[in-house]
Amino acid sequence: MSEMASNNVASEAEVVQRGSLELTLRRLWRDNASVAAFGVIIAVVLLAIVAPAIAALTGHSPIEQFRDIGLSPMGIPVGPGADFWLGSDQLGRDVLVRLAYGARVSLLVGVLASLAASTVAVIVGVTAGYFGGWVDTCLSRLTDLVMSVPFLLCALALVSAFGPSLLLSVIVIVFFSWAPMARVIRSQVISLARQDFVQASRSLGAGPLSIMVIDILPNLSVPIIVYTTMQIPNSIVFEATLSFLGMGIVPPTPSWGGMLADASSNSLYLVAWWMVFVPGTALLLTTLAFNILGDGLRDALDPKSARTARRLRRKSKGAAKQ
Amino acid sequence: MAILEARGLTVDIPTEDGVIHAVRNVSFSVKAGSLFGIAGESGSGKSVLTQAIVGLLPNADIGGQAWFEGRDLIGLPPQEVRKLRGGRIGMIFQDPLSSLHPYYTIGAQIAEALYLHEKIDRRDARARVIDILGKVGIPSPADRLDDYPHQFSGGMRQRVMIAMALILKPSLVIADEPTTALDVTVQAQIVALLDAMRRELGTTVILITHDLGLLSSVADDVMVMYAGHRMEYGKGAAVFRSPAHPYTAGLLRSSPANYSPGSELVPIKGRPPSLLATPAGCVFAPRCSDALSDCAVQPPPLRVYSDGVESLCWREEGASAAPAIAAPSPPAKKENGRAAEPVVAVKDVHLTYQVGSFFGPRRSLDVLKGIDLTVEKGETVGLVGESGCGKSTLARVIAGLTRASGGSVKLLGQDIGALDGARWRDMRRNVQLVFQDPFGSLNPRRRVGSIIGDPYRLHGEAHGEERKRKVRHLMEIVGLNPEHYNRFPSEFSGGQRQRIGIARALALNPSLIICDEPVSALDVSVQAQVLNLLRRLQRELDLTYLFISHDLSVVRHVCDRIAVMQGGRIVELAGAEELFANPRHPYTRTLLAASHAPPVLAGASDRSLREMRMVAS
Repeated sequence: MSEMASNNVASEAEVVQRGSLELTLRRLWRDNASVAAFGVIIAVVLLAIVAPAIAALTGHSPIEQFRDIGLSPMGIPVGPGADFWLGSDQLGRDVLVRLAYGARVSLLVGVLASLAASTVAVIVGVTAGYFGGWVDTCLSRLTDLVMSVPFLLCALALVSAFGPSLLLSVIVIVFFSWAPMARVIRSQVISLARQDFVQASRSLGAGPLSIMVIDILPNLSVPIIVYTTMQIPNSIVFEATLSFLGMGIVPPTPSWGGMLADASSNSLYLVAWWMVFVPGTALLLTTLAFNILGDGLRDALDPKSARTARRLRRKSKGAAKQ
Repeated sequence: MAILEARGLTVDIPTEDGVIHAVRNVSFSVKAGSLFGIAGESGSGKSVLTQAIVGLLPNADIGGQAWFEGRDLIGLPPQEVRKLRGGRIGMIFQDPLSSLHPYYTIGAQIAEALYLHEKIDRRDARARVIDILGKVGIPSPADRLDDYPHQFSGGMRQRVMIAMALILKPSLVIADEPTTALDVTVQAQIVALLDAMRRELGTTVILITHDLGLLSSVADDVMVMYAGHRMEYGKGAAVFRSPAHPYTAGLLRSSPANYSPGSELVPIKGRPPSLLATPAGCVFAPRCSDALSDCAVQPPPLRVYSDGVESLCWREEGASAAPAIAAPSPPAKKENGRAAEPVVAVKDVHLTYQVGSFFGPRRSLDVLKGIDLTVEKGETVGLVGESGCGKSTLARVIAGLTRASGGSVKLLGQDIGALDGARWRDMRRNVQLVFQDPFGSLNPRRRVGSIIGDPYRLHGEAHGEERKRKVRHLMEIVGLNPEHYNRFPSEFSGGQRQRIGIARALALNPSLIICDEPVSALDVSVQAQVLNLLRRLQRELDLTYLFISHDLSVVRHVCDRIAVMQGGRIVELAGAEELFANPRHPYTRTLLAASHAPPVLAGASDRSLREMRMVAS
């Protein structure tokens, strides 16, 4: 009998019960695109963190103008070289240092605005979905209203009325990006609120707030994580757009959108390709990386998705051949 | 002559956690024109087996052979198997609602199979469809041909599915739990229809089900599966009369229908093994009450008996012959001096919904039409009826979750319709619910400890360590390991989850526990465990139950009085035994006639061992 028991224990020990976090990470790790995207994001974050070190290393501050060495006698920016590793801009500033400091702005705005937008979306979506009725009607029409306002027109009007600043850009971005996510959350909440465990909580005497926060919210973690990740590149592009139009970050503070705007003024990019190439590539890679990671996260968090199944199948076929 | 011959079928399904060994070395042969039954609990591999045979498992690694009409289906290219599917092999699935396309008429859906497999013009196709619909018992088929699936009832939809499977006159029909989603009375009709179709058209039927009672009434041959292994195989009559394998015997023993009401059930202990790493010896050994020392170490041999029954077991003489119905029925504790106040007094309760669209005319829908019911302290009252009869709605009204539109519900003398917010919340302590679906009723993102502790949190009782201690105590009472306090519901099996739900309902010492189909989502062996638990708790804690179920044998087993509901009314209310012995209302008689009780174990058989051989596992 004891032998049987020990055998039983041994056979049970072979089956590893993996936690959902571990499973998610394992799936994510198998997805090469997600791993590469994650690497790019880490690189950008590192770039932002070590910006002061880069400034110290090169001896160039992000707003210092080197009209003597940074500009040719004709007043044309110098290309990548020993002094300026990624070239200089039209005022003789170091593009590399400005890129690093610009990463700080982009990440700050991107993450901050996305988190704020998610918070608004969750509050609106959960309230509308849980209560239904006229609350739902009001909030849903409000969502529709926000989605129908032309973004650029309204953003330009707001910024020209209040004057450009970092805070205002974040507010504008948040205002224009919570609506789609709120709709998704609302539909999820409507289906969750019908589940038995919500009924069970109700029958125990739980109030609406308790049900919304304790019962429903944890079940929304997957769409919240995925949509917040996907929202970050949007916010970064929004910020770059505003800065490009001169309505975002106030010069001389470096930002990627502002750097692109500098390149386009007086058609400087015709002679100084690096002024477009460097911030443009950074913007492209960062947004692409966040989008790919968001996509990968969605697959990893949803084990039933078709891609996960396909990958498993490929792996098993490969193993069978060996 | 065998129409389908499977030899050493093995199915492995790769998943996140590893490879699931869903089917292990299963052989069987289906005789032409017979009804072949495959029985087993959920996860036993019975559906996977047939899906693998007809090529519906593209992701799995399938080994072995399955010979059908001279061809091995396992080795055939997918497009060849597709031609056989529908044409030569018909399929009937569990849920007739999701298997039919809601946007096409049933006529078009049935005819689609004809167009795919034959060259046929519209008029001929229509005639054939009308013909087959008539055969499966759809009244006035010519008129109903152009109706949509939602215009049919569940039973009629399943008939349409059967018509679809039979339209091409396949030689083999695979019915995967065809009656599970249907009401008892409809179940009987569908099984009778399948049986009639097989005799009339000569079609061979493979019937997959977990319902042994159903199988024993129709199957010629049966195969009992457990954890992917073929445990027992043989003639239906022989297997059900005296099962050779302890597992089959245990399954039959778990069914409440085989007991005198009120006695303790003998469930199969434990729960099915993980299919990722099955035990080295017999897969059933850890749960087997007859296990020998060899069982856990070495794979069991195949024993062939004189009456054709084959069993995968170490025990020479098969399952222990005498059914272990030793547990004496607990002493009746009904004392006559009951409290004057009933726990629940329902008087003339009506519930009417206003339905109708913005444009259409408003109609009112009567769900409850004047219900009178009292539940005394310490008794169990059963509510029986088919889906849609209003039994769950009545439960929600009594629980105070839905407000009745007429009449009064008094709980411990208080009218729950007249309570304000705070008093309503307070009243929640007195009535608790145990839900049907053990998967849906527990929040998947919260730990078991906090789920069971929820009642304390919501009513501001027992904080910190004390709450933890109480929750652990509750887990112990319902037979869960208190060390699993920090686990998530997904780490528990269905039966264990139902125990969690029961623990949560017990937390505040309610005067009434409403069990809404508490065991209908569970396997037979686990169902017996939960029923025993409910009875034990009632004995120890003096609980009062309102027990809702569609399964008459379960209700008979646990209830003192039974109320039969039909169409929003209680048509008959009587003591459990009286109702079964002497049903008054015609509807009660229909219900009783429609339920298939599993056969009673006959005890020792006269079979002898003919052959014993080792099989590779």
